[in-house]
Amino acid sequence: MRGFPGHSRVERVVKPTEKGLEMTKWNRLPVMATVMLCLVMVGCSVEDSGTDGGDVGGAGTDATSGAALSGTVMIDGSSTVFPISQACAEEFGKLHGDVKVVVGTSGTGGGFKKFVLGETDINDASRPIKQQEIDACQENDIEFLELTVAIDGLSVMVNPQNEFVSALTTEQLKKIWAPDSTVELWSDVDPAWPRKEIKLYGPDTDSGTFDYFTEVICGEGGASRSDYTPSTDDNVLVKGIAGDKYSLGYFGYAYYVENKDKLKAVGIAEGSDASRAVVPEAKSIEDGKYTPLSRPLFLYVNKASLAKPHVKAFLEFYLREGQKLVSEVGYVKLSADALAATRAQLAK
Amino acid sequence: MNRSAVETAERLASRHRKGRLFEWACLGATSLGVLVLVVLLVGVCVQAWGWLDGDFVSSYDSRHPREAGILAGIWGSFWLIGMTAIFSVPIGVGAAVYLEEYADRSWLTRLIQVNLANLAGVPSIVYGILGLTVFVRMFGAFPDGKVIVVSLGIASLKIPIPFGRTVLSGALTLTLLILPVVIVAAQEALRAIPGSIRNASIALGASRWQTIRLQVLPAAAPGILTGIILALSRAIGETAPLVMIGALTYVAFTPGGIETPIDVIRDPQGVLDAPYDTFTALPIQIFNWVSRPKVEYQHVAAAGILVLLIVLLVLNGTAILIRHRYRKGIRW
Repeated sequence: MRGFPGHSRVERVVKPTEKGLEMTKWNRLPVMATVMLCLVMVGCSVEDSGTDGGDVGGAGTDATSGAALSGTVMIDGSSTVFPISQACAEEFGKLHGDVKVVVGTSGTGGGFKKFVLGETDINDASRPIKQQEIDACQENDIEFLELTVAIDGLSVMVNPQNEFVSALTTEQLKKIWAPDSTVELWSDVDPAWPRKEIKLYGPDTDSGTFDYFTEVICGEGGASRSDYTPSTDDNVLVKGIAGDKYSLGYFGYAYYVENKDKLKAVGIAEGSDASRAVVPEAKSIEDGKYTPLSRPLFLYVNKASLAKPHVKAFLEFYLREGQKLVSEVGYVKLSADALAATRAQLAK
Repeated sequence: MNRSAVETAERLASRHRKGRLFEWACLGATSLGVLVLVVLLVGVCVQAWGWLDGDFVSSYDSRHPREAGILAGIWGSFWLIGMTAIFSVPIGVGAAVYLEEYADRSWLTRLIQVNLANLAGVPSIVYGILGLTVFVRMFGAFPDGKVIVVSLGIASLKIPIPFGRTVLSGALTLTLLILPVVIVAAQEALRAIPGSIRNASIALGASRWQTIRLQVLPAAAPGILTGIILALSRAIGETAPLVMIGALTYVAFTPGGIETPIDVIRDPQGVLDAPYDTFTALPIQIFNWVSRPKVEYQHVAAAGILVLLIVLLVLNGTAILIRHRYRKGIRW
């Protein structure tokens, strides 16, 4: 079938002639290789790489004030914060062409795994750092700074044709979304509402939005009923709710802003009194009136990186011009007080 | 007699009916696949209409959908797939040649065979984790990070140790990912070469090496190439392992600063730097655009998908050309 039957005998006969042939043809090769290797070795040296990560060129980063900045700013982390960081990177790049700002989307937790090893300068986070991540930072001698850069208002959405719901209390939300929920029909939430099946949409369990919503509404991160339509892609949730009159779902404010004509935002009241409900809007989120579903978005900065002028310049830009970009990409900028507090932290 | 003839005719008719039914079922299976593909392609083309233009392929990602482009993704994927091919072809074909042409059938080769088949089915994210530890961090053995600089006259090679979040790490990870597929496909191709060809070659006095080089490999090349193309096509669409090893989403430069095909010739330093640069890839960009809030990004994503499809077609087309040339060279 395969191989060389009786091969070993044949080879013994062939080998000497072959060797003679091959030698005349190929004996220049080892010589050439040796010469090449010698040439290469002459110019070979080992240098320390900067902690810049990708910046192999090791461009000078000790720029004095006024001099052109250069270097790499390595950002990774939450895909929720990504649009803000990307917008800032894009605009900052127009001012400082020699500074390479790169942004990854490994997720808040995935980003922290790299951040605690000092592999990134900045981590985008849609939740505060966890204790075990702080411990890991200490183990690796990494000091960090927490900066609040924007606010996201988790929005609860219904279909625009839904005329009976305009406000919900957190108690009603808990009744709907709790793991042991018995709510099947809208009338189960409020007897005045129609006896129609309530169709639920929400982010899947890997999402930071899911963690935050379940923690605030159900009292424990990850505690949720499981018989809803989940998706990693919020655009799928938008389509689902827009196409179903008796639906209800939740996701980040940015997706509501971009789809206002297809969705209706529900006012949220903390506790049991629906008359105190607040609708998610830039103003109500910024003023801190849209509670408890507003969540801050963070940057975690490695203090060692902060010592580099180009990283510091980028962060200053982030907290200055960046605030205009925040609303452009669908999030809510910080209030004047909160912004001043964040800037003071950076200045320290 | 008469009755049995009628019976036979009936049975024959029933068998023919079954035969036709089977034919229709097969036709249905084929057209279902084609139909889904056509619907997908038409959907993507309609969405991408007016969005895929010169600006799109020559600019970087942006927060404005109209200004967003895929240049960084195109060059990232180019370097990634090019280097994956450079690594996986010699290793994969070499392993297959050893297993098929040299190794004896023993428990060890059987063990390797079984493991190859299993590895081909391992989820790609697992390879990402492996690549992160081995290539990106090198087990944390070099905490300070070093750069080996090798001067080559007109340009110099700057190799970071550990490799970090570079194209090189990505290409090595993808190489591990597709090697089992390449090896198994190359083995199948080698196995299809009749033993009589080898015997004839040996009988005429050729050595084993000459037989493999001049008879077996050229004859098996079309099959081997098909396997390599299928594997590389899989690699170019991979996202999960790349995100794991630290491929980025927003990058406003190309690896080595090479932005046009002419730069490849004009800028030797850029070519040498490219493998050690940070990068993004086509599928990462597309995935990111699909999940953006702004509705217009759905069109940008569709344009990106078209670019990925075109790259795939070019890749496959080149392979078919090469395969065709090899087929012509076989004289038996």
